Amino acid sequence: MKKHLFSTAIALSLLGATAMHAVAEDTFKIGYVDPLSGGGAAAGQIGLNQLKYIADEINGKGGVLGKQVEIIPYDNKLDPQVSLLQVQKAIDQGVRVIVQGNGSSVAAAVESFVTKFNSRNPGKEVVHINHAAIDPSLTNDNCSYWHFAFDANVNIKVEAMTNFMKANDAIKKVYLISQDYSFGHSVADAAAKKLGAEGSGIEVVGNEFVPLQKVTDFSPYIAKIQASGADSVMTANWGNDLQLLIKAAGDAGLGVNWYTFYAGLAGTPTAIKQAGLEDKVFQITEGVNNIDYQPMQEKVKDYISKHKDAPIYYPRLFNAMGMVFKAVEEANSEDPVKFVPKLEGMRYADFIDGKEGFMRKDDHQYFQTMYISGLGALGANQPFDEEGTGWGWKVAATVPVDETIVPTTCDMERPN
Amino acid sequence: MSDMTHTRPAGPPSGGGGFVATYGVWILAAIVLALLPQVFSSGLLISTMCLMGIMIIFALSYNMLLGQTGLLSFGHAVFFGLGGYLTAHAMNAARAAHAPLPLEVFPLAGGATGLVFGLIFGAVATRRSGTAFAMITLGIGELVSSSALLLHHVFGGEEGISLDRTRALHLFGVTFGPQEQVYYLIAGWGFISAAAMYAITRTPFGRICNAVRDNPDRASFIGYDTTTVRFIAFAMAGLFAGIAGGLVALNFEIVTSSAMGAAQSGTVVLMTFIGGVGNFAGPIIGAILVTYLQVMLSDITGAWQLYFGLLFIGMVMFAPTGIAGLLAMQAPLVRAGQFHRVLPWYVLALAPGLVALAGLSLVIEMCFQLTVNAPEGPQMSLAGIAFNATSPVPWLVAGVLMIAGFWGFRIAGRRALDAYGSALEAIRSPRSAQ
Amino acid sequence: MLEIVLISSLNGVLFGMLLFLMASGLTVIFSMMGVLNFAHASFYMLGAFFGFEISRHVGFWPGLVVAPVLVGMIGMLVERYGLRTVHKHGHVAELLFTFGLTFIIQELVQMIWGKLAVDYRVPPILDFPAFTIFSTEYPAYKIFELLTAIAIFLALLLVIKRTRIGLVVQASLSHPEMVGMLGHNVDRVFMLVFGVGAGLAAVAGVIAGPALVTQSNMAHSLGPILFVVVVVGGLGSLGGAFIASLLIGLLQTFAVASNASLADAFGELTGTGPLAAYLGDIWNVTVAQLSAVMPYLLLVLILIFRPRGLMGTRET
Repeated sequence: MKKHLFSTAIALSLLGATAMHAVAEDTFKIGYVDPLSGGGAAAGQIGLNQLKYIADEINGKGGVLGKQVEIIPYDNKLDPQVSLLQVQKAIDQGVRVIVQGNGSSVAAAVESFVTKFNSRNPGKEVVHINHAAIDPSLTNDNCSYWHFAFDANVNIKVEAMTNFMKANDAIKKVYLISQDYSFGHSVADAAAKKLGAEGSGIEVVGNEFVPLQKVTDFSPYIAKIQASGADSVMTANWGNDLQLLIKAAGDAGLGVNWYTFYAGLAGTPTAIKQAGLEDKVFQITEGVNNIDYQPMQEKVKDYISKHKDAPIYYPRLFNAMGMVFKAVEEANSEDPVKFVPKLEGMRYADFIDGKEGFMRKDDHQYFQTMYISGLGALGANQPFDEEGTGWGWKVAATVPVDETIVPTTCDMERPN
Repeated sequence: MSDMTHTRPAGPPSGGGGFVATYGVWILAAIVLALLPQVFSSGLLISTMCLMGIMIIFALSYNMLLGQTGLLSFGHAVFFGLGGYLTAHAMNAARAAHAPLPLEVFPLAGGATGLVFGLIFGAVATRRSGTAFAMITLGIGELVSSSALLLHHVFGGEEGISLDRTRALHLFGVTFGPQEQVYYLIAGWGFISAAAMYAITRTPFGRICNAVRDNPDRASFIGYDTTTVRFIAFAMAGLFAGIAGGLVALNFEIVTSSAMGAAQSGTVVLMTFIGGVGNFAGPIIGAILVTYLQVMLSDITGAWQLYFGLLFIGMVMFAPTGIAGLLAMQAPLVRAGQFHRVLPWYVLALAPGLVALAGLSLVIEMCFQLTVNAPEGPQMSLAGIAFNATSPVPWLVAGVLMIAGFWGFRIAGRRALDAYGSALEAIRSPRSAQ
Repeated sequence: MLEIVLISSLNGVLFGMLLFLMASGLTVIFSMMGVLNFAHASFYMLGAFFGFEISRHVGFWPGLVVAPVLVGMIGMLVERYGLRTVHKHGHVAELLFTFGLTFIIQELVQMIWGKLAVDYRVPPILDFPAFTIFSTEYPAYKIFELLTAIAIFLALLLVIKRTRIGLVVQASLSHPEMVGMLGHNVDRVFMLVFGVGAGLAAVAGVIAGPALVTQSNMAHSLGPILFVVVVVGGLGSLGGAFIASLLIGLLQTFAVASNASLADAFGELTGTGPLAAYLGDIWNVTVAQLSAVMPYLLLVLILIFRPRGLMGTRET
């Protein structure tokens, strides 16, 4: 009972402090709803740093429609329900552009919430800019007029990746290993269908599902891959599940090539270097910093001088914000009702390579040149390494925009 | 280890006449519930109050285990989540079948689910008590939340199950589109559930639960089967947790596996304990406070987990009876009209305490600025004052605030305790009772 | 077939010993103080980060000694100024105290080392394949893990069963007043025990850090698996924890090796509709997919049918 006042005092001061929190008026407010604490914090923090960098840059040029751009972070702890409260909070504070990306479960919740909110609150519409969630249902069965996807979805990435693998004659036996949840299954299903098709010249020798974020020891999985005689492994794993898998492979001396979706995510290049898998791990993204395109490389250098965390990992955030700013300028309004039609069908010179991509009107999926890159020692004109490893991402193949286009089942409900 | 779950002797539930002794409190609560949205009308506040209402039911249901029966469960969110899932499925099924059911009844589906699974898991878990019980619930929690990812069709995989609450039968033109209408739904169900749970604590069964908590051996000597008592309490806690889960599904219009994860199970333990397990009002206070902090704290400071941890540890160390316990301690003084005697001392102790806290949070925020926010440079501002975190002045200020505040707090705090003690003495001693 | 059995057994034993390495400190605290230390994984994380920081400056081996000592001292401070105050409020309060501690340690680690994984390397002297079986290499570092775990097991067993300190510690738990009257400082014994437990967690952190991923979420991602080890083994039984670690390691490893499912055993399900889809989920789950939940299934079953655990001497 001694000093019980102490804890009451903490509680009271916390309550008091919340009242002091205020938001600057008359800016173009962009709410960033992503994890800033907990398991997903690393990815969320990098996105926030880049978003702030983008805002500083446009503000230096006078802002958007003469207004300064303000990035307001909302920590969603990677939880769908907390995310919805944070979106509600953002809306209360005058935010009408919600940027969110990490976690398809969160994206699905936010997309659905925004759609319902807009139909129930005409005049207060908000738009959901999705920069990273790539579950195909977001732009297919559950597509929404108020949602825009700037990362290529699973179908696009699997299409590009499997075409690349089929064209490589050295690949004969592929082992699929994915985390046991929707994203892992959608990758595995699509890949098994594409690679296992007649005449692909490829045999799928295993299709494994790993319990999501529960495995400490991956050596049993490595033993299985070893026993299958695979020469290549395709994996949708990310985060710890990919880092530990790769390190276990390095330990066991498994000599296969790795085709991944998220090997660029924070921490994984370090693990690849530790495992000594030089030029053996590939990823598919919308581009890497070592593409020989000077305007982008200049900006990356400028960014690195301010943020030591990593080179720019989310080029698509630059595309997304650039396109939103362009649409707002064209519509001469910050009202999503006015600028969303400008975003539909917009063509845009990508940040990473200057090549043109487009936002498909049917499903609000952005299509852009895709790159398959491998991690290894750098050559000429490849100045950027990852996480101080001395290794960087180097382009192994380029997939032009028109080879990335996949059909959609989206039947979009448009407001009248 | 049989005393695993013995917290402080909690006394009879609700303190037998402190907070919620009469119906007056309930009528007052109903009026306050009805008026709240008129006072706090912003979208966020209404959404937050909705979540608080749900968490109140959830925390109260948890206290049926921890506070009333002395069962520490690490898997209570299982019933919360399953109740949510089944409510969502029931909504979608009713919509597909064009069943003329109003939204108001759907939390019953959640409650029924919670009850059924409470019976199933209770049959397994309540055969043990103490640590073994806690570990079984932990295991069940892990098993159920893992199966959410394995069974894609039942649990909707990563994206969970969505529903549209406006597509049910509309009674009296209430569509449940606006959040405010959902608030009243939650308030109504919350009121009914809280009243029901309170009523249970007043029944002979509630008293037997207390007996099983305090002395299981004696309870069984006088003829009660402790396992059965624990089993019934467990199932009923599941029922109310299921109702809360059903409401959370209707509130967010989506249920995902995180609703029944370990984090959610941990949160309800925190809420109940911070609020106070020995008092019926405790979990209510805890649910309101913790929900508020969870929603708001991360906006003020990036280091919110540190503050949260400090608050929690502070509560456990210095106020193990929870906030409700602290308040209940003042009840005899208030009843005797002596509270005004101690109040000045409390204020006097609180003031330097706040100064010390200001110093502490200054240190934390400066560390945060220099580490996590390093790319933004050392310039920062706190409470409207701008300064440079690398210069020695603010550190000096923080140090002085902390030391002086703590020193003042120790002295004034001791005085406040003395004042409390002597005031209590004065009431109890026959001289002042005349 | 022989290849799978042999390699799985080897992997299972190696993983089991890693589990024991991580759980040994938890067992010590749990069995001697009766405290469910939720902050155990946080001390493990602290050990890994301290080890990383020391290895950057003076190398891995000094880290292996210094980091556990530092973390052990932090543990003793926590016991002296925190846990001891809470002790009189019962075990729930103690447990919740350690729960609150996890938030603080997590945030402090994030503030000091950031949210990204750090590059904590295996020492070069152990960075080579020790032997090769069926074209699978086994790195020397894993053998080092195995040997350390066994050494810790034997040392703890020796201290508890064969020394005066061990006797005093055991007696302090069951008869604190008696031990106090005999002139032993019970408080100091508990402080020491908690420090040793935290230090053992740090040893595990220093050793597992380079093998796994050293990141500020490593405490969280470990999950409650270590509680399973301790409870399945039986409260107060170091040998039980050792056997339980091996059992869980082998169980998980062999589960991963099997792709059997109900569909394999009874043929594919036919039929459509939601019910068939729900049933199909269960029907097609493979044993490998269940590998992560098996320890928890084991936990529940053990506690129902043998509540004292595998080798425990008393019921919980």
